[in-house]
Amino acid sequence: MASFSHAVGHHTWRFDSLREVMAKASPARSGDYLAGVAASSDAERVAAQMALANIPLKHFLSEALIPYEDDEITRLIIDTHDAAAFAPVAHLTVGGFRDWLLGERADEASLRALAPGLTPEMVAAVSKIMRVQDLILVAQKIRVVTRFRNTMGLRGRMSTRLQPNHPTDDPSGIAASILDGLLYGNGDAMFGINPATDSLGALTDLLKMLDAIIQRYEIPTQACVLTHVTSSIAAIERGAPVDLVFQSIAGTEAANAGFGITLQVLQEGYEAGLSQKRGTLGDNLMYFETGQGSALSANAHHGVDQQTCEVRAYAVARHYKPFLVNTVVGFIGPEYLYNGKQIIRAGLEDHFCGKLLGVPMGCDICYTNHAEADQDDMDTLLTLLGAAGINFIMGIPGSDDVMLNYQTTSFHDALYARQLLGLRPAPEFEQWLERMNILHQQGGRLRLGDPVPPAFRNALAQLG
Amino acid sequence: MNDDQSPSGAIDNPWQALRRLTPARIALGRAGTSLPTGAQLDFQFAHAQARDAVHLPLDADELAAGLTERGHQVLQLHSAAADRHTYLQRPDLGRRLDAASVQTLRDYPHAHPGGYDLAVVIADGLSALAVQRHSLAFLDRWQQQASEDGWTLAPICLVRQGRVAVADEVAELLGAKMVVILIGERPGLSSPDSLGLYFTYAPKVGLTDAFRNCISNVRLEGLSYGLAAHKLLYLMREAGRRKLSGVSLKDEAEVLSLEGEAPAAIGNFLVGD
Repeated sequence: MASFSHAVGHHTWRFDSLREVMAKASPARSGDYLAGVAASSDAERVAAQMALANIPLKHFLSEALIPYEDDEITRLIIDTHDAAAFAPVAHLTVGGFRDWLLGERADEASLRALAPGLTPEMVAAVSKIMRVQDLILVAQKIRVVTRFRNTMGLRGRMSTRLQPNHPTDDPSGIAASILDGLLYGNGDAMFGINPATDSLGALTDLLKMLDAIIQRYEIPTQACVLTHVTSSIAAIERGAPVDLVFQSIAGTEAANAGFGITLQVLQEGYEAGLSQKRGTLGDNLMYFETGQGSALSANAHHGVDQQTCEVRAYAVARHYKPFLVNTVVGFIGPEYLYNGKQIIRAGLEDHFCGKLLGVPMGCDICYTNHAEADQDDMDTLLTLLGAAGINFIMGIPGSDDVMLNYQTTSFHDALYARQLLGLRPAPEFEQWLERMNILHQQGGRLRLGDPVPPAFRNALAQLG
Repeated sequence: MNDDQSPSGAIDNPWQALRRLTPARIALGRAGTSLPTGAQLDFQFAHAQARDAVHLPLDADELAAGLTERGHQVLQLHSAAADRHTYLQRPDLGRRLDAASVQTLRDYPHAHPGGYDLAVVIADGLSALAVQRHSLAFLDRWQQQASEDGWTLAPICLVRQGRVAVADEVAELLGAKMVVILIGERPGLSSPDSLGLYFTYAPKVGLTDAFRNCISNVRLEGLSYGLAAHKLLYLMREAGRRKLSGVSLKDEAEVLSLEGEAPAAIGNFLVGD
């Protein structure tokens, strides 16, 4: 294990390992203080950033932050590293890599080719010495395009997961939120329900219901019920219509054990999903959720800072060619990300790091009521992620998730970003919205069509 | 565009009828494509209320009195998080008991030297309001349904500034085979009083969430006391039979109870019946 030092003036800072340099170079956040790995002063933090900037990228291939023998994710990272893809940046230090990313040689094509050559630790390292504008500027160069029944991630587009959660999974209550969202032009990433309970019978009913709505109105989108991967496998075995297979994942083997999963279990979920052959345009079908702090929360972080743990989760995700990956940035609470400033920075880091690794990143731009954050902070993060080229965000009624008890972006918020930044939905869904006379968009000009499109009038009339 | 327009130009949605189907904030209307002023300020007020709920202290004495009236023995405990500020930033402390509470449990003269079947823990979590509103009523309902099982019950432990995993330490010190904790969930805008139940078989300090089963959103507008009690009993009976809890113990309570009934309940106004 190498040790590193950096001198500024008369003071020399020493760091005993790459893991320590990385942790102390992290911009301040409550979770790293909770774990006891954060820099003890602002000066030490910047000294660690300076030391980090001088470390060759190649060094990351020889010093694992979590030992190869102890952790299957480290093994996955090392065993799947593509040396040929790494070659264009193999001579650079972390600091040199930042310069390279900001320069003209880094463009959509070169960054796509580079992704398999990068490890999550390299990507986390460079993000730690980047400012917010760097994280946005580089991320927007990258496109990660995936397909199931429509196309995610094209330039100039941003999709929304319609999240119609209901406190008791009542079918009509869920349908009401779905219709509200559709009439505001949301839902192209998926209809994604967090069920209130994880009973197999209830999950199967929800899957059948979402499938029936998608088929009845010929909506070019996909459905997901966010339950444990083993429950999705069981549902598939019972013949339920499963489009996307969901799982929460983290960046260490021990943290994933806390979720009750291994890489092998994820592989089984992926293969069960593939066996359904329900995608019409492609077979990206895994949907993962992550979030800084999950490894620490499971006491499974091995002394690694929470942002680096998070990026290791993206290495897990990309192995299964996911349809979308969602960093649920402010959900975990103030003990990991204390306030709006920390949540905003973390959301931009996660998006940048995921994209650089070739992962189709979205963000649940969110906060809980025990965090020091509010709607103004979410507006800021939404605007910045829209500019950074995010693949998808959440869309829920009035920002209020009445099942999970937190606040995320609303149907209206998505239209704000469309109007401000000219971001359109997935092309197949955009055509459906036009055909249904729900939403017409030209650049940043939005026009909502009939108050209730003909196709939905019968349904509403049933309610009297 | 022929929606209903107010003088300000804000537009109502003509699908107001959907609002009775869900507590979600649907059919809010729009100003341009943004939230109209009324909906915007309603949201801000709800957020302010939820923020206030997080900081409401648990009235443990009142709760203890209610439990004692029902014939329960009650122990009042405190986590290692000294106050709310510490609790919010140090979940590790909220998962452990303070030294005095550990001593209380060690000193407790056990009526059942062989240990108990079940320990019940009640903790404030992130909403003391939830615990104060629902825990007694839920326990009444659960006890009615559980009476035939004849489980031996440890004294009910109230833990202030507690998190879910604190139940493991309580149960281990009391020598209980199973533990359920009733805890206030993080307040939502529309639900400042949602109660969560977490069940563990063979609890001990250091278990992860993979060893627990969760029943969430118990409140008047959410999961009923009766259904929550039914689910919990199913988990307890299955756990006792299979000697485990958590992800290996799927909640098939509903599957079993619905087996052989009519086709799946997926009907709704969008797809007809």
